Amino acid sequence: MDQQLRRRVWSVLLIIGFFVMWEAFCWVFHISDIVLPKPSQIVVTLVQRFPALWPHAVQTLYTTLVGFAFGIVAGVLLGVMIGSSRLAYDVAYPLLIGFASIPKVAVVPIFVLWFGSGAVPAILTAMIMSLFPIVVNVATGLATTEPELEDVMKALRATKLDILWNVGLPRTMPYFFASLKVAVTLAFVGTVISETVASNRGIGNVMMIASSNFDVPLVFAGLIILAIMGVALYAVFSLIEARITGWAHRKDEFAMG
Amino acid sequence: MTSDSNARTDDTFIELENVTLAYGRGERQVVALGETNLRVDQGDFVALVGPSGCGKSTILKLVTGLITATSGYVYVAGREVGAEPVRVGMAFQNPTMLPWLTVRDNVMMPLKIVPPFRQEYQSKKKTEFRDRADALLKEVGLAGFGDKHPWQLSGGMLQRASLCRALIHEPQLLMLDEPFGALDQFTREELWAVMQELWLKLKPTVLLVTHDLKEAGYLANRICVMRSRPGQIIDDAAVPFARPRTIDMSYTPEFVSMTQRLRELIVSARPVRETV
Repeated sequence: MDQQLRRRVWSVLLIIGFFVMWEAFCWVFHISDIVLPKPSQIVVTLVQRFPALWPHAVQTLYTTLVGFAFGIVAGVLLGVMIGSSRLAYDVAYPLLIGFASIPKVAVVPIFVLWFGSGAVPAILTAMIMSLFPIVVNVATGLATTEPELEDVMKALRATKLDILWNVGLPRTMPYFFASLKVAVTLAFVGTVISETVASNRGIGNVMMIASSNFDVPLVFAGLIILAIMGVALYAVFSLIEARITGWAHRKDEFAMG
Repeated sequence: MTSDSNARTDDTFIELENVTLAYGRGERQVVALGETNLRVDQGDFVALVGPSGCGKSTILKLVTGLITATSGYVYVAGREVGAEPVRVGMAFQNPTMLPWLTVRDNVMMPLKIVPPFRQEYQSKKKTEFRDRADALLKEVGLAGFGDKHPWQLSGGMLQRASLCRALIHEPQLLMLDEPFGALDQFTREELWAVMQELWLKLKPTVLLVTHDLKEAGYLANRICVMRSRPGQIIDDAAVPFARPRTIDMSYTPEFVSMTQRLRELIVSARPVRETV
């Protein structure tokens, strides 16, 4: 426990140190606000503009979460389908990798073409960004289930659904939650990309407008908001992961205990 | 065959009729089990011994329905395997506990799957079924370990829990695939005693695959010796010793000469290097 506490303290010190260095760097080299604003300046901007920024932050968070929710549903369904048999896994994997390696920025204009600008393309972008890590992890988790575990169930004349429910899915949970942490940050990226390209709301849009006005402190304020929301969501899903799939991380637990 | 125990009677519970099993196709085909006939009576305890790769485990898998015979028929309780409403319990060499469940929940898994228990599982899992699991765990010396997770238990303890899981739904058919193979001698002997006690109490029909001739002699009513390539039963003899048996009994001259005879059979049945 002592060691863990020390690690936390060092983490906090590193974060504070980072901003202190940044501030000092700007002071020493007399860097203009238009190039790189000082952290103190960003905080001031953040506080001053907060009433105006707040609705945009909420919009971005909302879009991200809706897109992410769709991504989870679609990702789990696809993952279960692909992972349920060795054949489906081998057949579908190349196509999946193909889709996953398309830069998602390139898809935004297509969504805008189909659905117009606004929240819909942003939700869709967040969804496809978060979709692939979930599909790949769920499918891998299912496809790599130890045959011995399944034999125990088969000897009991368990149905395919019984096996999926009692062995396949629980065994896949660590993979699933590991993918959620990655996917939720990707959903954020998706939302912001889409907002910068085609929306009149959201933090992405605010940053776009601010940068065209050379209001660089506001751009950085937007970045800080995104970073805070991203870290918060990551933390939430890490917590859920630790609670539900503690059995898969027992070594850490021993180390802590 | 050295005994007529393979004759069909009304008590016949397991029946293998000219069963063969081959993996692969064409020239690369490997015959794991060639033309095998075996009958096992209800409530009997039969051990399958033989050199490795002789198809002992294959017979278990065929009778459980985990694999299907290439030719021939497998009947359990008078019906073709898979169709019969027989409760099967199985324990493997690895305990294969599900790591996300507690030991008790692992032991209770068959009750969640197998009818008629599965219909009552939700209503009884915190009362009757739970008590039943705890009683069984106590019987194998695991009282108080129900709430632990599998990784908190030693290999021997897990194997005990695995036996509980194989028995909790009172199976008519119990398949033991070298369940004591990975244990140390003392734990093994202790579990033999536990196993014998449970068998005498519940009287399931048991098929035991083992490498250990002492284990086969201690536990089984009948010992079938197999040879490999292709796997085949070459000897089938009754074990004449009275129950309950003890470890001391395994040092008597009669017991030793029996295991010696089996050993010689197996040694002579080992695959000879042939010109391919």
